[in-house]
Amino acid sequence: MEYKIKIAGFGGQGILFMGKVIAGAGLADEKEVSWLPSYGPEMRGGTANCSVCISDEPIGSPLVVKPNVFLAMNRPSFERFIDSVEPDGIVIIDSSLIDEKVSRKDVKAFYVPATELAEENELNGLANMIMLGKLFRETSFCSNQALKGAVEACVPKSKQHLIEYNLKAIGIGENL
Amino acid sequence: MSKRVLMKGNEALAEAAIQAGCIHFFGYPITPQTEVAAYMSKRLPKIGGVYLQAESELAASNMLLGAAASGIRAMTSSSSPGISLKTEAISYMAGSDVPALIVNVQRGGPGLGGIQPSQADYFQATRALGHGDFQVLVFAPATVQEIMDLVYLAFDRAEEYRVPAMILADGMLGQMMEPVVIEKPQTSPHEKPWAASGHQNKRRHNIINSLYLQAEELENRVIERYKRYEIIKEKEQRAEEYLMEDAEIAVVAYGATSRIVKAAVKEAREQGVKAGCIRPITLWPYPTDTIAKYVNQVKCFLSVEMSMGQMVEDVRLAVNGAVPVEFYGRTGGVIPEPGEVLAKIMELGR
Repeated sequence: MEYKIKIAGFGGQGILFMGKVIAGAGLADEKEVSWLPSYGPEMRGGTANCSVCISDEPIGSPLVVKPNVFLAMNRPSFERFIDSVEPDGIVIIDSSLIDEKVSRKDVKAFYVPATELAEENELNGLANMIMLGKLFRETSFCSNQALKGAVEACVPKSKQHLIEYNLKAIGIGENL
Repeated sequence: MSKRVLMKGNEALAEAAIQAGCIHFFGYPITPQTEVAAYMSKRLPKIGGVYLQAESELAASNMLLGAAASGIRAMTSSSSPGISLKTEAISYMAGSDVPALIVNVQRGGPGLGGIQPSQADYFQATRALGHGDFQVLVFAPATVQEIMDLVYLAFDRAEEYRVPAMILADGMLGQMMEPVVIEKPQTSPHEKPWAASGHQNKRRHNIINSLYLQAEELENRVIERYKRYEIIKEKEQRAEEYLMEDAEIAVVAYGATSRIVKAAVKEAREQGVKAGCIRPITLWPYPTDTIAKYVNQVKCFLSVEMSMGQMVEDVRLAVNGAVPVEFYGRTGGVIPEPGEVLAKIMELGR
C-alpha cells in the first residue's frame, strides 16, 4: 500500500507539523517516506499544504498530485484539492471550518469538527492532531507505537510537556 | 545498520559537509537554500568552526577563496540569483587551482525570478560559472541520501584534481524530507602541499594567484588545467541507468526531475511502451559514454528538465545525430507531473 497524502489548511494550523508526524511514524515503521512542504509566500497567513508519501517501495515523485488521502482544514484548500483525490480515496474534513459537503460519490468522506473539539477539550491549536487521530483510525497507516514515537520525536525538546496534549488530541480523533 | 533519520535536503547537505570535515561556511541567506546556512550557524560554532554571514554573496565567495587557499575544507551555498553574484570568485578559484564546494539550490529565473524549484542554471553550472576557460565538477543528487553521498565525493574529487566543485540541487530537493543514514565519509582530506598555510621557514612559500600577465605563461597554465579536465572526463563520468536493458525510448533526466521521470517510465511500461531512464549524476563531466552506449538500441532520446531545454544540448552532443533527441520541460518553478511526462513518452512510443 502506498499512501499519497495531501494535507492543506491555513498557515498556523500545524499543517506541516502534522505531515512531519505522519512521515515520522512511517519512518519508525521502517517504510520509505517523503515530506514536501509548500514553501511559497502563501504560507504567511494564507494557505499552507504539504505532501507526504509512505510506501514499501522507494518514493518516486515526492510531490503528491493525486492524493489517496486528503486532509482539509480550510475551505480554500478543500476547494483547491478535492477534485484531485483518487477514486476510493479518503477525505477528512474539519467541519468546524468547512461547511461544504463532498459532492463526489467516489471518495470516502469523514466530517470531523476538529477545531470545535479542540476548544471544548482545552486543546487549542491541536485540531491538527485530532484530524491525525481520525486518519489513524480510518487507515491504520502506521502502528500505534510508531505514531506515539513520532509525536515524541517531532515535539521540540523545549516543549516536551506538550507531548501528552498532542497524544490526548490524537486519542479524541481516534475515538470518533 | 546505522539509524535512519528524517532530514530536509538542505540540512542533510550541511550535515554531510560537517561530516566531511568542512568547518568553514560563508554564505548569505536566500530561499530555498537558507536551511543550509541556518544549520551551519547552529552547528559550526559548537565544533570550533566558523559560520560567517557575509555582507553579500560576492564577499562570501571571496572569503571561500581565501579559506580554501589555506588548504582547509570550506564551502558556500546559495540559490540561483545568488550564484550569479558569486561567479567572479569562482572563476578566481578555478584560475588559482583552489578546491572548494559551492552549492546551488536552484530556483526559477532569470532575474530574481521566483522561489520554486528549477533546473534553469544548467548552462551556468556546466558552461560558464564565471569568465575564462574553465570547468567545475558538477554533481546532481536526486535523493536526500544522495545529497550526502555526493557532498563527500565533491570534496574528495575537488581536492584530488584541485578544481572547484558544485552540488547542483533544486528547491524541491532542498525543502523535502526523506530518511537518511548518516555515515562517515570513506576518504580523508588530501594532502595539500600547495596550500598557503604558513611555511614556518621550513619550505618555500606558496603563492595562490590567478594573474599571469605573460600570454604564453597563462596559456600554459590553462592547457595544464585542461589536461586535468581530460582525465576527469575519462574517470569521473557518473550516471544511473533505470530499466534501460531493453528500452526503446531513453528518457534523460537529472536531480528531482529524474524521480518524476522514473514514475512516468514505469507507467509507460505498464501501458506497453518500452521506456527507460538515464540519470546523469555528474553534469560535468557529462556522462556522454553512457548516452552514446544506447544510440544503436533506442529509437529516440527524450530530455526532461525543469527548464526550457538546456541539458538536451549535451544529450544531442553525445548522440551526435544518430537518432532523434526530443525535449519536454516546464520552467519558472513549475514541477512537471508524471502524467505530462507519460503523455510525451506515449506520443513518442506510437
